[in-house]
Amino acid sequence: MHIPDGYLSPQTYIPLYGISLGFWALALRNIKKELSTRHIPYLAMAAAFSFLIQMFNIPVPGGTTGHAVGAGIIAVLLGPWTSVAAVSMVLVIQAIVFGDGGITALGANCFNMAVAMPFVSYLTFKLINRGSKNGRRLYIAAFLSGYAGLSIAAMLTAVELGIQPLIASAPDGRPLYAPYPLSVTVPAMALGHFLLLSIVEGTMTVLLFKYFLKHEPGLIHAIKET
Amino acid sequence: MKGFQKKLWFGLLIMALLSPLGIVIPRLFNSDGAWGEWGTDKLGRLLGYVPEGLRKYADFWKAPVSDYSIGGEGAPLSARIFSYIGSGILGIFLVGLAVYLISRLLGKHGK
Repeated sequence: MHIPDGYLSPQTYIPLYGISLGFWALALRNIKKELSTRHIPYLAMAAAFSFLIQMFNIPVPGGTTGHAVGAGIIAVLLGPWTSVAAVSMVLVIQAIVFGDGGITALGANCFNMAVAMPFVSYLTFKLINRGSKNGRRLYIAAFLSGYAGLSIAAMLTAVELGIQPLIASAPDGRPLYAPYPLSVTVPAMALGHFLLLSIVEGTMTVLLFKYFLKHEPGLIHAIKET
Repeated sequence: MKGFQKKLWFGLLIMALLSPLGIVIPRLFNSDGAWGEWGTDKLGRLLGYVPEGLRKYADFWKAPVSDYSIGGEGAPLSARIFSYIGSGILGIFLVGLAVYLISRLLGKHGK
């Protein structure tokens, strides 16, 4: 889901950079205000976790691969803003050091995986759980938060890629950037994610949620009473 | 708290050591890379041409550890496994550094 350089037109990647920059500024402000010093190591662990989980490529039918992102469980455990910061950090390092995702596309990739995904996951969890302390309800909320978060991130990626032929083409009619139309990108991304990768993300989310609920329930941001 | 955090760091280290599964398992299924993240050569094969703007931007940045592999994508599997684990550990180190810098920036110190 890491869009490389060259796939997005400037008309797409510049506005998305703007949006992501805005969210980064807000995330820093929120972390300064909300995240206590003793939680700083958790921010590092969350980012390390997201980095590592993304290394576990999973084969998808059709000859491609995908991976979980972890932005959902981080949002549920540490709050959406901490997840924005942690996953953005990971995406910046991946782009600069490992060439995973483009530099020009960094704003877009952050918007999909480090802005939309944390908030969709967090809101999904809250919406389904509704303050319940009931085990099963918590677990369903956790699963669906991971599932929805990754699915939305994948769909945003598909739309950003799929609109490129509409935005810019060469005089001979060939697309200038990402070549496939929405009718190709959306089904291709939907299939791999809805049927496999989002299920993996949801399962991972619920397992980690269970672990933290058992060992450090006071930490979990999404079930704190405030 | 301390013991719990130690356990989590240990878990992350185990993840880094297991990370080569993320290149070995897709190989068994002949799966190669994420959908839509193809390099210009593969895209050229798929399409019959490389979009002009895409070609211009594609090599915009030369990453020091491209594809999490020191020897490039063509390196032998054993070398790839080794550099993949190294990349995982480098990643942990780099995010640690980034968090440290951000916490300094925000004026939050200590553990």
